[in-house]
Amino acid sequence: MTPLSIRHLSVFYGERPALEDVSWEVPAGLTAIIGPNGAGKSTLLKAALGLIGHQGEVRFFGTTLDAARARVGYLPQRASVDWDFPASALDVVAMARTPRTRWWGRLPRRERDAARAALAEVGLDALADRPIGQLSGGQQQRVFLARCLAQEADLLLMDEPLAAVDAATEREIIRVLQKLVQAGKSIVAVHHDLASVPHIFQHALMLNGRVIAAGTVAEVFTPAMIVDTYGPGLSDAGLAA
Amino acid sequence: MISHNTLVVVLGCAALGVASGAVGCFALLRGRALLADAMGHAALPGVVGAALLGAWWGTDPRALPPLLLGGAVAGTLGLWAVHALAATGRIRQDAAIGVVLASFYALGVVGLSVIQAMPAGAQAGLSHFILGQAATMRTQDAWAAGGLALVSVAATVALFPRLRALCFDAEFAALQGLNIRRTDAALMGLILLVCIAGLPAVGLVLVVALLVLPAATARMLNHRLPGMLATSCAVGGTAGVLGALISAGHQGWPTGAAVVLVGMAFFVAALLVRREA
Repeated sequence: MTPLSIRHLSVFYGERPALEDVSWEVPAGLTAIIGPNGAGKSTLLKAALGLIGHQGEVRFFGTTLDAARARVGYLPQRASVDWDFPASALDVVAMARTPRTRWWGRLPRRERDAARAALAEVGLDALADRPIGQLSGGQQQRVFLARCLAQEADLLLMDEPLAAVDAATEREIIRVLQKLVQAGKSIVAVHHDLASVPHIFQHALMLNGRVIAAGTVAEVFTPAMIVDTYGPGLSDAGLAA
Repeated sequence: MISHNTLVVVLGCAALGVASGAVGCFALLRGRALLADAMGHAALPGVVGAALLGAWWGTDPRALPPLLLGGAVAGTLGLWAVHALAATGRIRQDAAIGVVLASFYALGVVGLSVIQAMPAGAQAGLSHFILGQAATMRTQDAWAAGGLALVSVAATVALFPRLRALCFDAEFAALQGLNIRRTDAALMGLILLVCIAGLPAVGLVLVVALLVLPAATARMLNHRLPGMLATSCAVGGTAGVLGALISAGHQGWPTGAAVVLVGMAFFVAALLVRREA
């Protein structure tokens, strides 16, 4: 069953189209969404997840989002939340288990253990009780990844999981992503660094307001397609991939 | 020795402080402090309108419930006006809040002068809604404040996981199936409840401080939400007690202002303590 199937999806910001007639079948494995700033990459994820209004049909695992909610995970951009919020790293990860939280907010022990396990998975178990405002940017990104893991979803939609992190954190996150794919999960990640695309991803969606190309990285991540997606002004550094 | 009247005022203010401390935490974290201020000011024409209706109808002009109901209706209307203005996309929410806050308040002030020109009795004590007058609190008002505190604390505890998820990351919470619109509405309802209940004692100018000061103080002293919530309730309640006692000892000091100043003292103390740490 296709994890995510998008048909004729369009998003308008006022009169201006942000995405036009996007149709895309997400394959199993690790997929990158790439395109220039303003191409609608984050918009595509949010529209698919029903967070912004759109036209067109979106199916998760052959059914509606409501029916498949428990199988779909999301990692938003790190800058989308206030990291001065009064919470520990474990609190944030545990929020992935909110649907299983008792009404007065105490997590059952099993859920707490699951949240701890997710933190351990990203190497942050020692910092579980640290206030999130005192974590480094890379550690915050890993807390977000752990929260996404704690959802125990089969399809994970990630908005720039590797944005603005140091090399060690990047290696750590990529290791976790590859482990997830080996476990049979599907991952779609908005990605900015063109040079690393072939090293990390198996599939790619080239996006710029509409679908430029979709397929395996070998098929679509070609110099000609990159020019089609980004325009001819792109530096050689990107094309060197 | 504390007189019965003073005791009533002290307990009423303590209950108000606890309620606003609980609700204020989420108001602060959701960035709703300015909206609360707008709602407080927008309540005035409702209070005045209810008094006018009462005078026309011939009911007791000192009865609080109809006045507060009028305030709640106008406050809700003000909130709706802010949303409607911001939704046009022509002005931002902060500007919409400024427009609504000022124009509703102006309407209320005009209404007050209309009422003052009427036969004696109709305007009795209405101007206290602007700066607050807790000293006139009666036993049943204190009971009502106590009930409100109970409801607010119970609601914030019952809704704790949902409110926390909403305040930290609304999109993520929505994806997990949380109804954002309804949870936000519940929070706004609680804020409205506290603002309206605080009007007679603290006044519409100062009622926002009742929401903000305990929560902001508690935020500086806590790194996790449950602790912040407990501290905020404690600070709010203590400020209510001390403020009421201070104003009882100094004839002429408005209780609301005294409560807010005590809250301010806690806030400054927390600021200094945190700088030391």
